[in-house]
Amino acid sequence: MEKNAIEVKNLCFEYEEGGKHIDDVSFCVKEGSYTTVIGHNGSGKSTIAKLIAGLLEKKSGEIYVDGIELNLDNLVKIRNVLGIVFQNPDNQFIGSTVEDDIAFGLENHCVKQEEMEGIILTHAEKVNMMKYLHHEPTHLSGGQKQRVAIAGILAMKPRIIIFDEATSMLDPQGKDEIKRVIRELHEKSNITILSITHDIEEVAMSDEVIVLNQGKLALQGEPHEVFYNEEALNAIKLDIPFSIKLKKALDKEGVSINNHITMEGMVKDLCKSHSNM
Amino acid sequence: MQISFQHVSYIYNEGTPYEYQALNDVNLDIQEGKITAIIGQTGSGKSTLVQHLNALLLPKTGEIHILDRVIKASENPKQLKALRGDVGLVFQFPEYQLFEETVLKDVAFGPKNFNVSEKDAIKRAKEALQMVGIKEDSYEKSPLELSGGQKRRVAIAGILAMDPKVLVLDEPTAGLDPVGTKEMMQLFKKLNSDYNKTILIVTHDMEQVFKYCDNVVVMQDGSVKVHTSVDEFFRDAESCEELNILPPAVIRMKKMLNENGFHIEGEIKDITALAKAIAKEVKHG
Repeated sequence: MEKNAIEVKNLCFEYEEGGKHIDDVSFCVKEGSYTTVIGHNGSGKSTIAKLIAGLLEKKSGEIYVDGIELNLDNLVKIRNVLGIVFQNPDNQFIGSTVEDDIAFGLENHCVKQEEMEGIILTHAEKVNMMKYLHHEPTHLSGGQKQRVAIAGILAMKPRIIIFDEATSMLDPQGKDEIKRVIRELHEKSNITILSITHDIEEVAMSDEVIVLNQGKLALQGEPHEVFYNEEALNAIKLDIPFSIKLKKALDKEGVSINNHITMEGMVKDLCKSHSNM
Repeated sequence: MQISFQHVSYIYNEGTPYEYQALNDVNLDIQEGKITAIIGQTGSGKSTLVQHLNALLLPKTGEIHILDRVIKASENPKQLKALRGDVGLVFQFPEYQLFEETVLKDVAFGPKNFNVSEKDAIKRAKEALQMVGIKEDSYEKSPLELSGGQKRRVAIAGILAMDPKVLVLDEPTAGLDPVGTKEMMQLFKKLNSDYNKTILIVTHDMEQVFKYCDNVVVMQDGSVKVHTSVDEFFRDAESCEELNILPPAVIRMKKMLNENGFHIEGEIKDITALAKAIAKEVKHG
C-alpha cells in the first residue's frame, strides 16, 4: 500500500487578528512524490506550510508527518524528518561562509567534527556549490544562497522538504537553478517534495497539484486533471499553462488535439496531424 | 522631446577596494509617451540606470537630458525638487515604505510635502487612488490592513499624486501572483494610454515585455546592448537566445514548431495569431 508522507485532516486555523484562515482542509501527500501547492496571494498556501512544519499552531484538525502526529510532544521528531526552504534567500543564511552555513544544523545535532566535512562536501556537491565553500553570503547570488539553504537541509537527512515559494524572489536564472535542483532531488532520492509556488511551468512538472482558494481546498489531482478542469479554474481565476491556452485557441480554429501540459508534447502531436494531411 | 543619456558612466564606491563600475559610457534615447522595458541579468546596471532619471544618482561622467532639464556629472541639478515631482520613481517592494495612519493620508503625503495645500493634496490623492483602482471604502483604513497587491497600488498612487510626467518602476510585479501581476500591468498600460505618462519598467518577465511594452532596452555589463522595438526584438527566438534571455512562450512555441516541419512566418503577436497560423498549415498542408 502507498504510504503518505503528509496527511492533513479537517485542518482549521485563524490568525489572532482574524482575517486570513484555513477552513476545514484535508489532503494527503504521497511518499516520494513531488507535490505542488498553488493559489492566489492570501489563499492560505504558506500558512498551511507553516502549520505542517509546526511553526504555527492549528486551531483544530490533525496533521501527520511521516506517520507521526504533529503535537507539542512530537515536534522535535517531526523537525528531524522535515525541512523547509523559505522565500527570502537573505533571511536564512546563518553561517559566515557557505561551509559554515551547511554545518550549522549538523553542529546543533552534535555531529562529530571529523564526520562533518564529508557530509558538507557531499551535500554541497548535490546543489553544485563545491566551488563556493569558502565564499561569504554577500558574494553569492539569490539562487546560490537558496542552493546553500537546500544543502543545509539535505545534510539533516530529511524525508520531506517543503519549498515555500523558494523561487519567487529570484531572477530567471536563479529560478531555473532551483527548479533543476528540485527536479534532480525528486529523480535521484526518495525525499517527498511539497513545493508552494506561483510558477505554472513548475506545477506542470510535478506529480500532483493541490489548489487552495480562500483557505479552502479547491482541487487536487495530477496537473493535467487539474488544469483541464476549466470550470473550476475559471471560478478561482488561476493562471493556466501556455499549452492549455493554445489548445483552447486551436479548438476555436477547428483544430482538435489531445490534452497536453507541456509544449513538447503538444508540438509532437501537432506535427503528427501536420504530416497526416 | 526625448529622454537622453549621453556618455553616462557611474562607479559605486569609487577609490575603495569595493569600486565597481555599474554604468559604462551609456548612450540612450528613450521615446516619450511610450512604455519602455529595461531588461538584463542581475547586476547588468538596470536599477543604476533608472536611478539617474530623477538625479537620485548623479553620473560620474556624461549627462542626462530629461523634460527640458540637464543632469550633469557630480553637480546637483537646479530645481531638484521640481524634477523629482516630474519624474516619479517606484522602487522594488514600494509597499514597505507606507507609513501613514490611513491610505488617504499616505497618498496625500507626497503632494503636501511639495507645498500643495491640504485641500488640493487630498483631492489629488483621491484622484490617484481612483486611477489605481482603490475604492473609497479603503481610504480611511490603515495601509497595513490591505493585501499585498493593494498595498502596492497605494504606494504607486503616492507617486501618481505628484502628477509625474515620467513614471519609472523597478520590478513592479515582483512577488505578486498572476492575477495581481496582470492587473498591475494593465494599470500601467492605462496610465500610458489615458494619461499620456511616459513609462519605464525594469523587469525580468519577458511575457510582460512582449504583451505590454513598446520598446525594449537590454543592459549588459553596464552598457546598452540592444535598444529596439518590442516587435522587432521578439521577431525570432535567436536574438533573445544569444543574449541568454528566455523568449515569451508564443515565440518559443513558434520556433519549436518550425524546427519540426512547420513554416510559420511573419509576426505572431499572441496565442490567437499563433493558433490561426497553425490551423492554416494543418488544414492546408
